[in-house]
Amino acid sequence: MTQVVLDSAPPRVPPERPALVVSTTTAPRRRLGRVWFALLPLTFLALLLIVPLVAVVLQGMRPEGRWQLGGATEVLVQGRTWRLLAFTAWQAMWSTLLTLVVALPLAFVLARFTFRGRELLRSLVIVPFVLPTVVVGVAFLRLIGPNGILGVDLTGSMAALLLAHLFLNIAVVVRTVGAVWDQVDPRIEDAARVLGASRRRAFTSVTLPLITPSVIASAVIVFLFCFTSFGVVQVLGAGSLRTLEVEIYRATAFDLDLVTAAVLAMLQLVVVVAVLVVVSKVQRGTTHRVRFGPRDTVARAPRTIREHLLVAGIAWFGAILLAGPLLVLVIGSVRGPSGWTLAYWTALFTPTGSTGFVDPLRAIITSVTTAAMATLIALVVGGAAVAVLARRSTGRWFRAFDAMLMLPLGASAVTVGLGLFLALDAPPLDLRDSWVLVPLAQALVAIPFIVRILLPVVDSFDSRLLESAAVLGASPARARWTVMRPVVQPALLVAAGFAFAVSIGEFGATVFLARSDSPTLPVAITRLLGKPGELNLGQAYAASVLLMVVITVIVLIVDRVRTAKVGAF
Amino acid sequence: MVSISARSRAFSISPTSISAASIGSAPHQRRQVGAGVVCVLGLAMMLAACGSSPSSSTSATNLPTTPPTLTSKQVTLVTHDSFAVSKSVLAEFTRRTGVTVKLVQGGDAGQVVNKAILSKGKPQGDVIFGIDNTFLGRAESAGILAPHQAKGIDTVDPALVVPSGLATPIDRGDVCLNVDKEYFSSRDLAAPASFDDLLDPRYRDLTVVENPASSSPGLAFLLATIDEKGENGWQSYWQGLKGNGVKVVDGWESAYYGEFSGGSGKGKRPIVVSYATSPVAEVVYADPRPTSAPTDAVLSTCFRQIEYAAVLAGAKHPDAAGALIDFMLGTTFQSDIPLQMFVYPVTSTATLPKEFTLFAPVPTDPQTMSAERIEQNRETWLRQWRSVIEG
Repeated sequence: MTQVVLDSAPPRVPPERPALVVSTTTAPRRRLGRVWFALLPLTFLALLLIVPLVAVVLQGMRPEGRWQLGGATEVLVQGRTWRLLAFTAWQAMWSTLLTLVVALPLAFVLARFTFRGRELLRSLVIVPFVLPTVVVGVAFLRLIGPNGILGVDLTGSMAALLLAHLFLNIAVVVRTVGAVWDQVDPRIEDAARVLGASRRRAFTSVTLPLITPSVIASAVIVFLFCFTSFGVVQVLGAGSLRTLEVEIYRATAFDLDLVTAAVLAMLQLVVVVAVLVVVSKVQRGTTHRVRFGPRDTVARAPRTIREHLLVAGIAWFGAILLAGPLLVLVIGSVRGPSGWTLAYWTALFTPTGSTGFVDPLRAIITSVTTAAMATLIALVVGGAAVAVLARRSTGRWFRAFDAMLMLPLGASAVTVGLGLFLALDAPPLDLRDSWVLVPLAQALVAIPFIVRILLPVVDSFDSRLLESAAVLGASPARARWTVMRPVVQPALLVAAGFAFAVSIGEFGATVFLARSDSPTLPVAITRLLGKPGELNLGQAYAASVLLMVVITVIVLIVDRVRTAKVGAF
Repeated sequence: MVSISARSRAFSISPTSISAASIGSAPHQRRQVGAGVVCVLGLAMMLAACGSSPSSSTSATNLPTTPPTLTSKQVTLVTHDSFAVSKSVLAEFTRRTGVTVKLVQGGDAGQVVNKAILSKGKPQGDVIFGIDNTFLGRAESAGILAPHQAKGIDTVDPALVVPSGLATPIDRGDVCLNVDKEYFSSRDLAAPASFDDLLDPRYRDLTVVENPASSSPGLAFLLATIDEKGENGWQSYWQGLKGNGVKVVDGWESAYYGEFSGGSGKGKRPIVVSYATSPVAEVVYADPRPTSAPTDAVLSTCFRQIEYAAVLAGAKHPDAAGALIDFMLGTTFQSDIPLQMFVYPVTSTATLPKEFTLFAPVPTDPQTMSAERIEQNRETWLRQWRSVIEG
């Protein structure tokens, strides 16, 4: 299996006849069978996303069982509403572009070169994901706030927002694109070079088409995250920058103005759906079969001086960018006004006998268990979706289904959270303070990651390998296990790692959930930041560092498994 | 927009009916319901975990010394993230009544009240704590509170007692300007001592406040200025503040930790809207503890925030709910309040810790406003405020 194969197959499916050209090994009966898997993700999304959104809209616009659209119209005709929408989209677009520009070179270096600290850097990118946005905001204030360490006050400026979004989302691009780039056999590019292509030409006509689907996928995720961003906007916006989600939060949490909340949430959803439709049109036909290389040949040590400089430059740039805000937290946890101290760590672990005290170890266990459960749920639901979509992303219904799976990232998390509260309040389904709701809500946000990371890999899997296995006498299950698993498993682990990080960081809809269980670390951090005093701030930093360490260790372990030789391929 | 909601409804039909069918109606078995949903979703692997969910109620350490007079065994207290009490105090309640307290905690005061209103008739618990006077009017008119005549209400300052009897005052805090003592002493400049001082050019660009449309202390400060300057004067006062370089940020965290220079604040501005007790917190939450607070509250600029507890209408355990509120007015709970939540107790029988008597003098004549007046005018005032600041 080591001969170089330049796979020049055209895009899988001619657009005009989608249904006919699928893999030849899949019998029609089996294909129909896979469609039934769609019921699971559809049910899940309906119950946890659509029902809550509808609940908020109904509560807002149909308060006494009659439609009252006057208030909604009033919100829609305000210039303020549209300015808000325009700014939200504008900053999300620039944040996405900036993230791509910075993260793609980093993804390239991490995928193609081995160097010291590579694994650590790869794990580090994901850390920002698990930190509560309030603490990220406070760390950024120390760097680029008034009296900031960097000496320039960027609060209230677009620059602050872009930097924070870059910091938070760099992992999405690095790891989503990395999951594919990691495996593209570099010898294909070498072959192109041997055949006379220039370096650039070899890249643009060989590698670029192969990674494009994952670049688009990660760009969409970043855009949706930034489009619905609110935690960092609140902290860094200095009162002058606001996004739709900030207004939705204010309207629900403070004003109890569900009309405004519902209208803004729907506006947000319309834009998100429009973006997803456009993207799914663009994405049609970008899938190519990848001939995956054996793992140990993909990355190599830099050889020329030029390569050394490139790798060092990009890796250090990425490391500094990520480490800056993280260092603020680390140093803040051990440095007080009168010098170095362990007081914050001691305080964090010293029970006070108050209900306000959160045992950090217990909080870690709660966080990790909840996140693990959310990851399992997301893997099962997302896996079912991938099974439905694999290698037929071109049919209209399949594309609609595909786009719908992205909605949890683009729907207003505040509204969904409130909607869950509204919808699940009747006795047969009173989950309002049930711990079950937390992993369910977190899985909701994790599913898009599973789908976006797994699908490109499964999609580009060369089905002729399965055919070969079948010809050699392997049963279908055996063929999948031996041939497909080694290719899919790395991506699966990346996806699981992401789902875990998203869940442990409590992205999204959990903002409105009250809990009766022992709090998770992000909740504990947020509570500590709500009180004045160095000990509270220092403990919030220490707890954040703890969260960073937990996620780094877990991701390092996952990556270790991932890069271990998986089967004889 | 119409098409989306129509489609959404189409989606919503199947899951609801599926789950309803497979779960049946077992209202008393909340955990099993959770498991049911999960099973509907085909996630059988969570089953075992569902069955053994931990319930973190605070349990009694001692057996009741007096035979319990209440039929309920558990009471659920719905409250915000800032709520805290000594576990021994809750255990004392259990010892006296045989009732354990389950805490359901999440969000800030506004979220808690709003969620209680949205779940009218299907309350999440028996007692709600943390409604302050800026939200009380909303809660009262929404009809989510059940009247309760608390034992011990006669020990409370009558000015704090709610006429409707729907809510019981438990603690009071004051939102005041805080100043960085070091900043002013090192510059030989007197710290501001009144609302009007903030308009003085000597304090130009020194003040940071929270947005009253999104922050509870921000709203309290706005109300304080309205009470002080009157309906006709407050807008021009804010014009003046704006002209003198006041900075408005979204929340308390960014104002205090981001912009304020005093105490644990890491910013540059020496005047911030915070609480009268923030200077105590700066002492108590410092290591080592300083002998004097690094910040001062400007006591002539305070707005009184009162926090209430109330029985939720439709509570499953109204008797235990009442008992819990009575207990919260008792000396044990009241004396526990200051160092747990950094607010003042409301009863005359409570004892103040020495940190409070040393570092947090009580504002003698804070601005105040009736819950009704706040509720009636809040929207208008916020709109006017916004046009002053943004205009």
